Amino acid sequence: MDLIGIALREAWGLVRSGDAELWEIVALSLRLAGWTMGLTLLLGLPAGLFLGFGRFPGRRPLLFLAHVGMGLPPTVVGLWVALLFWRSGPLGELRWIYTPRAMVVAEVILTLPIVVALVATAIESRRAKLLPLLLSLGATPLQMLWLTLREIRLSLLTAVMAGFGRVFSEVGAAMMVGGNIKGETRTMTTAIVLEVSKGQFDRALALSFVLLGVSLAITLLLTAVQRAGGGEGEGGGGMG
Amino acid sequence: MFLAQRLFRRRGRAFRHTAGVALLALFMGLSGCGARPDQGADATAGTTGAPEEAKPDALAAGVTDVILATTTSTQDSGLLDVLIPRFEQSAPYRVKTVAVGTGQALKMGEQGEADVLLTHAPEAEKPLVEAGVVTNYHRVMYNDFILVGPPDDPAGVGRADDLAAAFRAIAGGKTPFVSRGDDSGTHKKELALWKGAGIDPHGADWYIESGTGMGQTLLIASEKGAYTLTDRGTYLAYRDKLHLAVVREKDPELLNVYHVMQVNPERFPQVNAKGAAAFVQFLIAPETQALIGDFGKDRFGEPLFFPDAD
Repeated sequence: MDLIGIALREAWGLVRSGDAELWEIVALSLRLAGWTMGLTLLLGLPAGLFLGFGRFPGRRPLLFLAHVGMGLPPTVVGLWVALLFWRSGPLGELRWIYTPRAMVVAEVILTLPIVVALVATAIESRRAKLLPLLLSLGATPLQMLWLTLREIRLSLLTAVMAGFGRVFSEVGAAMMVGGNIKGETRTMTTAIVLEVSKGQFDRALALSFVLLGVSLAITLLLTAVQRAGGGEGEGGGGMG
Repeated sequence: MFLAQRLFRRRGRAFRHTAGVALLALFMGLSGCGARPDQGADATAGTTGAPEEAKPDALAAGVTDVILATTTSTQDSGLLDVLIPRFEQSAPYRVKTVAVGTGQALKMGEQGEADVLLTHAPEAEKPLVEAGVVTNYHRVMYNDFILVGPPDDPAGVGRADDLAAAFRAIAGGKTPFVSRGDDSGTHKKELALWKGAGIDPHGADWYIESGTGMGQTLLIASEKGAYTLTDRGTYLAYRDKLHLAVVREKDPELLNVYHVMQVNPERFPQVNAKGAAAFVQFLIAPETQALIGDFGKDRFGEPLFFPDAD
């Protein structure tokens, strides 16, 4: 139990001293998560809308695939992406292996199914209510999109939180694709693994507290947005 | 949380706006920052700006990245954290260290995935040198392996006449032995020692394969009251957390020699041959050798590696 006390103190010390290496690691993790979620939403929202509203053969298998994808093991994805980006692999010429770019690719593969599945399911459950509303209003496509997104905003936030959570928690893909290179691809989770293998348990624990703190902060922020959004729905105001 | 809730309610609409803007700012800030790794990748890879028009040779000419595949022991001991910044100061290259087991490091060399290798399994390295997969092969340093185990040494490993007898004593006793089981340099060494003792431990109920790095394996051995073979550096780093003592050391077979080598550019045109050659030269230079000899003295009272360049 002594170790935890020491680690807590060290964690606080690390945060307060503005340890350059620590912030580099935290910043990379945040950048990674930001890029990943940005790209995932860009790809996942249209796909989710399409799967949720659309009625076409092959829709159910696709939805099933998205649900299966939610449980994709990060190490498996890491291995696939690494094979793709190794010098001897089909995309080796890009020289993306052991760079944050390749890591973003792996993380997008991991988070995309979550967003697609959650958005599609959310729309499906409101489809009966949503479709007549959208059609009777005579809204422009952009307004339709806006209305739909407002309607499913809670699921959307859940998807974003789950995505962030996945990027922050996984270590397998980050390790295999990024290589845990100091100052470049070392994230909070791979740094913790390294500190443990060095025998520096107190520093590893300290990092784990920082990681938890960052996750908590992001969740709180997203929850705050969610609450604020909820209030707007009840107010029934326009789009402002 | 309660306070936050009240705040949100009171601020009402204004807050909703602020929260939305804050979230947007967060994403934009992140994506703004996100430009950095790209730039970084550009700067380090040198050619990602125009990857489609770059030919492998042209790539190699402008590349500043040197991928070093090495064993976990050089990274976990902290030695590379001392050496690599020095190298990067003195040469226009950036080293990307990928710390894996020696088996995987050599495999990466065989496939041209790395530019330079620093490993410690001479028997496994030799075929690569002979096949021309790697060139510029140099001895860098050595340290030694030790046998650690329960302090009371129930199998009498320390009293055995030689190392082969010591391993036979472990096999004959009831004390378990934890093996890395991960094709690392240490694992290869251990297998060679079993072979030398005329024993095939696989499948025996006292033989545990951990499949993890050295530190983790030491922890497992300690928890199980088992013997294991370890490099001295990792043991010293973990000593305080272990109920394990050194039961056998300084046998001639326990020498652990590290070699550096570069992946042959004639075989793999895409490797960064210049950067790799520079790193090899750096490791065997007298100043670096002196650094290696001093490393670890302040923390453990003894050096972890002994410089040994030829």
